[in-house]
Amino acid sequence: MSKVRVLVGTRKGAFILTSDGKREKWDVSGPHFAGWELYHLKGSPADPNRIYASQCSGWFGQVIQRSNDGGETWEAPGGDIQPGPEAMKGSSNKFVYDGSAETGKPLTTHQWYDGTQHPWEFKRVWHLEPSLSDPDTVYAGVEDAALFRSTDGGTSWHELPGLRGHGTGPNWHPGAGGMCLHTIILDPSDPKRIYIAISAAGAFRTDDGGTTWKPINKGLHSQYIPDPNAEIGHCVHHVAMHPSRPGVLFMQKHWDVMRSDDAGDSWHEVSGNLPTDFGFVIDVHAHEPETVYVVPIKSDGEHYPPEGKLRVYRSRSGGNEWEALTKGLPQSNCYVNVLRDAMAVDSLDSCGVYFGTTGGQVYASADAGDNWSPIVRDLPAVLSVEVQTLP
Amino acid sequence: MIRVELPQHLRTLAHVSGEVKLEVAAPVTQRSVLDALEARYPMLEGTIRDHVTQQRRPFLRFFACEEDLSHESPDAPLPDAVASGSEPLLIIGAIAGG
Repeated sequence: MSKVRVLVGTRKGAFILTSDGKREKWDVSGPHFAGWELYHLKGSPADPNRIYASQCSGWFGQVIQRSNDGGETWEAPGGDIQPGPEAMKGSSNKFVYDGSAETGKPLTTHQWYDGTQHPWEFKRVWHLEPSLSDPDTVYAGVEDAALFRSTDGGTSWHELPGLRGHGTGPNWHPGAGGMCLHTIILDPSDPKRIYIAISAAGAFRTDDGGTTWKPINKGLHSQYIPDPNAEIGHCVHHVAMHPSRPGVLFMQKHWDVMRSDDAGDSWHEVSGNLPTDFGFVIDVHAHEPETVYVVPIKSDGEHYPPEGKLRVYRSRSGGNEWEALTKGLPQSNCYVNVLRDAMAVDSLDSCGVYFGTTGGQVYASADAGDNWSPIVRDLPAVLSVEVQTLP
Repeated sequence: MIRVELPQHLRTLAHVSGEVKLEVAAPVTQRSVLDALEARYPMLEGTIRDHVTQQRRPFLRFFACEEDLSHESPDAPLPDAVASGSEPLLIIGAIAGG
């Protein structure tokens, strides 16, 4: 019988929630890495027991963790205790920007909040995206925004410098949450095509495996920047894709829910009848490429649901027409947020949908959003939710 | 043997309990002790001092013999009591925030 494993990153550790295919009874494991911020955990599609985790702390910086047994045990790759001072040094926690002339234009500054240039400074890994085919290859989206790749299971990391170096980098600037590369989407039909998104620079695409990149923000309109239709500068919150239609993208922008039917070359708004088009998460049904989920949030100044009602909105038409999903979700006095990486879907026949809140709840629906119930209610603030569907 | 006391989270990360004991060749300095610590426990690289600048992370401080050594040169000799192993080098996390 199939199983699901939900990987939850929180402000104070990671939790692993497991259930059988009915998704009624759950086992809760954790906290793993207690006391640390776990921005993201994600399993390898090629080997579900291989899970990568981004563990970080304001005191101690970034650590990458890896599990080879589905999250039961963890190791810092390359960080094995060494017998003596002559031993090999590990580098799994080492994210160093590539400023070498050989690999592109050395890029050392970006735009700061006040418009001046500011040095690029590594802070943390926001998102880990394992390769679709190789368990040892994994991408990391980091703050300050850049894309790194490891091909040795997370032991060493190297920047793909063509992204920062393609020309617009000096004009990227941080959003309120920092200048983070938070979304990485690998195209299952074309191993050389990758989409990424940065707050607040926008979305970008490579068609050559990460060597060269171009902004894909045509059609985005952001009234809060000097040129609302600028090539870059848009605060993209998250992007989602259905693997059967890799050229169709859905975006939750700071304001506006957007859709592209040409791999990001152009976008059009599909906010339609949403009560507010501000929000963070967006995801697509596992079996219905036109069924999309968002969680509307009142505004950028009020990061909680409108009217204190936690509602997931579902469109079965690829946007524009949205229905509120409320059964089992609090419909009064609810003032939590749902952060950008905190929604995921499983691929069981009846698609499961999951999301986590800053109030520590992880809600699950085993029927594509019609009915919801909390798996857990009292975790630390949830930063990310990923789901693995296991045989 | 040089004795180093780590903050709790780094003890967990390094899979140690209590003090860490290290062989460090003279001169015994912050840098030589941290080099030896990171060589023995590579998972601690970057958690005490920045990978690139090798500067102490802002929310950590170094103490020994009831003195704050955080702003001493990393190449300054540590107190004799640390070099002889009678006192530990304390790496302390700031008591701040969540």
